[in-house]
Amino acid sequence: MEFTLIIAVVIALAVGVVLVGFLDRRPAPPKGTYKEVRDPDDPGRGGTAVLEREPEVVEPEAEPEPEVVEPEAEPEPEVERPEAAGSRLQRLRARLLKSNNVFGKSLLALLSRDRIDEDVWDEVEETLLMADLGTEPTMELVDRLRDRVKVEGTQDPEQVRSLLREELLAMVDPSMDRRLEASRKGDRPAITMVVGVNGVGKTTTVGKLARVLVAEDRKVVLGAADTFRAAAAEQLATWGARVGVDTVRSDKDGADPASVAYEAVAEGIRQEADVVLVDTAGRLQNKANLMDELGKIKRVIEKQGEVDEVLLVLDATTGQNGLTQAKVFAEVVDVTGIVLTKLDGTAKGGIVVAIQRQLGVPVKLVGLGEGADDLAPFSAEGFVDALLAD
Amino acid sequence: MFNSLSDRLANTFRNLKGKGRLTEADIDATAREIRRALLDADVAVPVVRQFIAQIKERALGAEVSQALNPGQQVVKIVNEELVEILGGETRRIQHAKTGTTVLMLVGLQGAGKTTLAGKLAHQLKSDGHTPLLVACDLQRPNAVKQLQVGGERAGVPVFAPHPGVSSEFEVPTGDPVQVALDGIAEANSKYHDVVIIDTAGRLGVDQELMQQAKDIRAAVNPNEVLFVIDAMIGQDAVATAQAFNEGVGFTGVVLTKLDGDARGGAALSVRHVTGKPIMFASTGEGLKDFEVFHPDRMASRILDMGDVMSLIEQAEKNWDRSEAEKMAKKFADQEDFTLDDFMSQMQQLKKMGSMKKMLMMMPGAQSMRQQLEQFDESSIDRVEAIIKSMTPHERVAPKIINGSRRARIAKGSGVSVSEVNALLERFGQAQKMMKKMASGGGMPGMPGMGPGPGRGGTRKKGKGKGRQKVRSGNPAKAAAERQALEERRARSAQKPGSMFGQDFDPSSFNAQDLNLPAGFDKYLKDR
Repeated sequence: MEFTLIIAVVIALAVGVVLVGFLDRRPAPPKGTYKEVRDPDDPGRGGTAVLEREPEVVEPEAEPEPEVVEPEAEPEPEVERPEAAGSRLQRLRARLLKSNNVFGKSLLALLSRDRIDEDVWDEVEETLLMADLGTEPTMELVDRLRDRVKVEGTQDPEQVRSLLREELLAMVDPSMDRRLEASRKGDRPAITMVVGVNGVGKTTTVGKLARVLVAEDRKVVLGAADTFRAAAAEQLATWGARVGVDTVRSDKDGADPASVAYEAVAEGIRQEADVVLVDTAGRLQNKANLMDELGKIKRVIEKQGEVDEVLLVLDATTGQNGLTQAKVFAEVVDVTGIVLTKLDGTAKGGIVVAIQRQLGVPVKLVGLGEGADDLAPFSAEGFVDALLAD
Repeated sequence: MFNSLSDRLANTFRNLKGKGRLTEADIDATAREIRRALLDADVAVPVVRQFIAQIKERALGAEVSQALNPGQQVVKIVNEELVEILGGETRRIQHAKTGTTVLMLVGLQGAGKTTLAGKLAHQLKSDGHTPLLVACDLQRPNAVKQLQVGGERAGVPVFAPHPGVSSEFEVPTGDPVQVALDGIAEANSKYHDVVIIDTAGRLGVDQELMQQAKDIRAAVNPNEVLFVIDAMIGQDAVATAQAFNEGVGFTGVVLTKLDGDARGGAALSVRHVTGKPIMFASTGEGLKDFEVFHPDRMASRILDMGDVMSLIEQAEKNWDRSEAEKMAKKFADQEDFTLDDFMSQMQQLKKMGSMKKMLMMMPGAQSMRQQLEQFDESSIDRVEAIIKSMTPHERVAPKIINGSRRARIAKGSGVSVSEVNALLERFGQAQKMMKKMASGGGMPGMPGMGPGPGRGGTRKKGKGKGRQKVRSGNPAKAAAERQALEERRARSAQKPGSMFGQDFDPSSFNAQDLNLPAGFDKYLKDR
């Protein structure tokens, strides 16, 4: 019995392998087009003008028109006034101090021994590794530090500490442009897409970001293009309603996210908003079809104007896979900034250092907790100072 | 999965190949590479330290001078250590001896607890249980609703007396402990034999929520507390696992998002630090993408040895028995392999879920991973269309398909003639291969089942030699063979390390000498 099954499996596998081989021999489609049936949303190769049509014409599946959720009846008294971004910095520092204390302290303790020997360097290395900094940056940092300590012949912990701070700071690179595109571009709003893998907190980030922007007196429209996860659109709409921001969403689950995104941008243009924030469904970066879908969302949006900002949301607990995530997402949608969330746990989020170095994509925002105003601008100095504080 | 880790290790060992003897410097260099590979795979630093120390010690010890060449020796040591860390045996859910079994899920935010609850319910239901889902996550917006949707998809009732919160701005009300207790009462009154409690996600440092989980645990006294952890987690895995183990205490671990390309070193770390077994793995967004975690199989996956056991189990679950038997009989009788068979096999494969995933479990699949990842599942339908556009006669005797028939078939299935040609060509090769296999050319080795002592030949990737005969024409002999095979399977299941054949040499893995029948490599090479 078992045996027949095994044979059957073998045969089926053979068929599978033959199939894979067969299908792969088909000529690769020209770049920028779909592998399969041509998609009506595809901008196409030729110079065909894009029709200014309603999306239900563009979408053959006859999507129900995404409806605009108006904030509750009398929004004025209910709308909150979120805390301004500037004052958040202080809290960021305090929080980082708290969450990264162990890291900073142990490093200092190590370096303030009388003599700096091999064991100390090993431990420095391991400590950096434990912050998810990654092998390459860690080894580089330790090597450089070693050289400098040797060259300068110092055994003074204070001095070593300032050297370490310098090197770390150089790695985090404070000179990067970490500003968000949040002003109108000519006659259209700035368009921001938020992407990432499952469970990192994209929807929450969009909600918090909307609050930040409202606090800066920007007019915002939200697009709930996460049509996959149950109740994601609702969650986003609640965030929006809190600060008197409209949310464009589809009234059924599983609608085409590109259509919702398109509609959100159209609504943003109509309302003359400053910023349109589009939330997308979480997807693992190795799922080719889902990444294609993401590419499509962006292309469809771009019928109405460039996407100015693509923010990749990363969970601070993510390890070295974060780098792969960043790479793949950057390939597909050209990520312009990182949002590091859940930095309030024990995780250090060191992977962003490697990402910044390898891809040149700066960390722009950090999420520090579950509170509505716990999203703060990233500050390299603050980050490093907090790492090294005692 | 552990793709990158096995890549790294394979690379490391390639350098060792051909060395007659390992010097201490060699071992040091190898150890450094392994260390780096493990660190890059997010294995926690303390775990790596210990792992490396162990490997160094063993590699330098007396073992080196034995019969194996040194490269193989290191591979063997690494494998054994991996199996040991991942935990020896598969552990299943321990059901209550009497009354309702209570399962509780805990974990960080975003680890995938609620999604997992649905999958677990689905799995238990298909195992003949009558689970009840209890929504105790009153913290996260819409968690209750998500669980209800998951339960609906799985066809499992959800006990959710409290709607939870629907936005971040509502203050969580309701007492999760009470909900859990009520849920169990509900299960008892409606004769559900398993209760799955979904709890709020929490950070390891959040004392309040940790206390809540502890309270729920104390109140309901669950049979199993499952700690759900994301395979992508980095060095924080250790701190998190420890916090949960000390805070709530768990009995088993579930690894989620294993379908991503995270290297999954967290599996090693958590297991090593807490000593708790990894029980399940979640491998996708669908309800069925959920499997029992097999440490030994995982170790062989790490070392790119395929996962044939899982494959066969999947087949057992999903395949049409009579169809499989018919096929096997045809095969044994050396009947011609027709396009009809080709299609029915294809459909069977499709039934097992993702074809990609199935093929990935094949030994040596790692080296064609890229190809597989690009493989578009929906294109199978096109092949089906082509075959369905043929007349029954054509399917049995593809030789009669001449030019005009090809044109007709292409037209009928909406593809180009060259695609029809390519399919026929491929099919011809497949047919030849089948014939060869059936006529004693040998069945491809089944590494997951492990060679018995003295039968190591099946593992060897040499083409066409030392392969076992498929099945003897003599019924008595065939029965004996079958028995021997089953014995071997049973043996290898008990002793995972034994799958490491004496002549196994992962450095020799490449498309040419995969564990595939001769001729298979053609399909991999010519692109």
